[in-house]
Amino acid sequence: MTLILQEVSVARRGDAALFPPISLTVRAGEVATVMGPSGIGKSTLLDAIGGHLAHGFTLSGRIQLDGRDLAPLPPEARRVGLMFQDAVLFPHLSVGDNLAFGLARSIRGRAARRAAVEAALDRAGLSGLHDRDPATLSGGQRSRAALMRTLLAEPRALLLDEPFSRLDAALRDDLRAFTFAHIRDRGIPALMVTHDRADAEAAAGLVIDLTQPEFRSCTTTCPASTS
Amino acid sequence: MGAALHAVTTGAADGRHLRAVVLITVAVGLVLPIAAGLWQTARAGVGVLPAIGASGMSLAPFRDLAAVPGFGTALRLTLVTGLGATALSVLLAVGVCAAMHGRMTPRASGRLLTPFLAAPHAAMAIGLAFLLSPSGWVARALAPVMGWDRPPMWATVNDPAGLALILGLMVKEVPFLLLVILSALSQLPVRQHLAAGRSLGYGRGLVWIKVIMPQVWPLIRLPVMVVLAYSLSVVDMALILGPSNPPTLAVLLLRLFTAPDIGLMLPAAAGALLQALLVVGAFALLWALERAGSATGRWWVRRGGRGLSAEPGLWLTTALSAALFAAGALAMLSLLVWSLAWRWTWPGLLPESWSIRAWTTPGRGWVEALGNTLLLAAATTALSLALAIAWLEGEDRARRGRAGWAEALIYLPLLVPQIGFLFGLNVLFLQLGLTGGTIAVIWAQALFVFPYVMIALSDPWRALDPRLSRAAASLGAGPWRRLFTVKLPVLLTPILTAAAIGVAVSVAQYLPTLFMGAGRIATLTTEAVTLSASSDRRVTGVYATLQAGLPFAAYGAAVLIPALLHRNRRDLQAETG
Repeated sequence: MTLILQEVSVARRGDAALFPPISLTVRAGEVATVMGPSGIGKSTLLDAIGGHLAHGFTLSGRIQLDGRDLAPLPPEARRVGLMFQDAVLFPHLSVGDNLAFGLARSIRGRAARRAAVEAALDRAGLSGLHDRDPATLSGGQRSRAALMRTLLAEPRALLLDEPFSRLDAALRDDLRAFTFAHIRDRGIPALMVTHDRADAEAAAGLVIDLTQPEFRSCTTTCPASTS
Repeated sequence: MGAALHAVTTGAADGRHLRAVVLITVAVGLVLPIAAGLWQTARAGVGVLPAIGASGMSLAPFRDLAAVPGFGTALRLTLVTGLGATALSVLLAVGVCAAMHGRMTPRASGRLLTPFLAAPHAAMAIGLAFLLSPSGWVARALAPVMGWDRPPMWATVNDPAGLALILGLMVKEVPFLLLVILSALSQLPVRQHLAAGRSLGYGRGLVWIKVIMPQVWPLIRLPVMVVLAYSLSVVDMALILGPSNPPTLAVLLLRLFTAPDIGLMLPAAAGALLQALLVVGAFALLWALERAGSATGRWWVRRGGRGLSAEPGLWLTTALSAALFAAGALAMLSLLVWSLAWRWTWPGLLPESWSIRAWTTPGRGWVEALGNTLLLAAATTALSLALAIAWLEGEDRARRGRAGWAEALIYLPLLVPQIGFLFGLNVLFLQLGLTGGTIAVIWAQALFVFPYVMIALSDPWRALDPRLSRAAASLGAGPWRRLFTVKLPVLLTPILTAAAIGVAVSVAQYLPTLFMGAGRIATLTTEAVTLSASSDRRVTGVYATLQAGLPFAAYGAAVLIPALLHRNRRDLQAETG
């Protein structure tokens, strides 16, 4: 599984592009990072890859996932998972049903699906919380549940939109490790946008800094940035 | 850059089909009947109505209309009651907001306003008539003080000046405008502006007039126009509370339309045109006032005067509004009390003996009227809700907001006076063989139910976190699954609230039911209005109580059902109520 961006840029119709064209290749199990302050268009880039651009935006360049061109596909057919700043669990469903919503259709039968959900809850340290109201979970529990929901859909790429910025420092390290470990285990290419340099360092992958005139791409850790 | 350029709207994903269906439905179901109805009315107004053998174009209908006894007075009454009720309602609502803002939570004020919004106009009018009449609670309460030993000979209801009608309209319109203004205020940084203004030495009332209201006005202009159009052309309230001889223009026209002499339909149609012109003229007046107000307002602001205190005005409007709310609440209560009263002598404040005879006497027919009302309310609300959801979902799928013309389209049925196009629409339905049936009434009522359902649902729909839908899409859920398994369940509370509003609007419809049902479809409202002219208050009370009770029940269900279904879902509970 490989996610390839070629000269990708987004513009509001009639305006200049939000950021210079980005080209990068994310291989299976890698986490690439796009850095920059808020308002620079990081989230818009993720919208473009996930298929959620608002009306009036145009995408230029090519986005390929496993050789498929993503642009003509509706979001539900792209198989690109999303992780948000807040977990964004569905508030009307129990924790377990949130995971079942994501669980791929290929797993059939009530018992098998329930077992798959329970197994995912166990892996996330959420055993016994199947019937809980998501609003009653802690921030870390919610994020882990959201990651499990996303992984159960068997995505072929993962987009992370400032996924750890709402968590307090201690929890943040835990959750980073948890998330990146799962990405590596599944061998999914992931693209993260963040303004936290520590996120990029933990991801230990390609880093693109949108504030730099020439994007600096570093395979491991970039030298401390001035931004 | 040799790469392809992609517009984001890709094929089926943007819901083009859904939007086309919605557009066609709105055009054929909503715009066409109003336009065709106005056209037919206009034709009849200039003497062309082949159905009764009139085909020569002339201005005779207008001459005949002017010659109708009491026409001039009717015109004056319409202007005085319509413009007066609107102006006073806006004044009171603004004053109350200025005085009470920040002292009540939005939830509490919503709870307070809901019963007044839910009560149908006709039921409220009947209750006020009960309350204000010489044998009503007001006179009974004054009797010991004034030393009256018999009901006073006062004409508090159907008074020739139309004061009772103005009062009745205000009892319904002030809560509506309060709701609208409160919702507009929630979009503005009122607290900061108040603090900034007061720190510059302006009193609270002055900050409201000089700073807050100019920002609120553009947000409430359309609802004020709805109130204006409604007040100028109201029929059911005017029948119950308004002067009877001569009545207001709309009532006069109804009499002409339903007169045994079908030749009178032509001057009636001319009058319906005039009614529409009156509303247009009132809109022009409002526009002129807005221009003049903004010019003088700017001059006033630049002078920087701080001396004037608006405080007494604020308290006066608040006291008057409180009295208005009290009158409305007592009016609702008097419906129930009269329906259960048996012996009630003057000047007792409560009946000496009670009875459920008015409810149980056979042949009263309220069961049939209730059945018809329920059927119409269910059908119109379901249709309107389906169309509103389809419309909003279409906007979501196209990922774009609403154009100005589309917003105007939603308000259209509320801005055109009912009597202006319902007659013409009826003529059209007659030609199509549709009239007198339940379908015709459902269609006509839905014209007025849909806008309110749509307006009620739009804001909560847009406030829904778009990431919920994106998360669902990224998990592989297609647009329909996202709609039915994520959006609609999460939006259950606002959807049911919109449905309750739809039920309230449907139950309250008088003229569409009367015209399109050809008088053959009896609802609680048509029966209550007819009975209000009779002397049997007990039976009238039964119908009016049921009429008011249905919307209350619908609102109650809109609170209870989500509370029950989402009892274990904290994030959805917070939105309830």
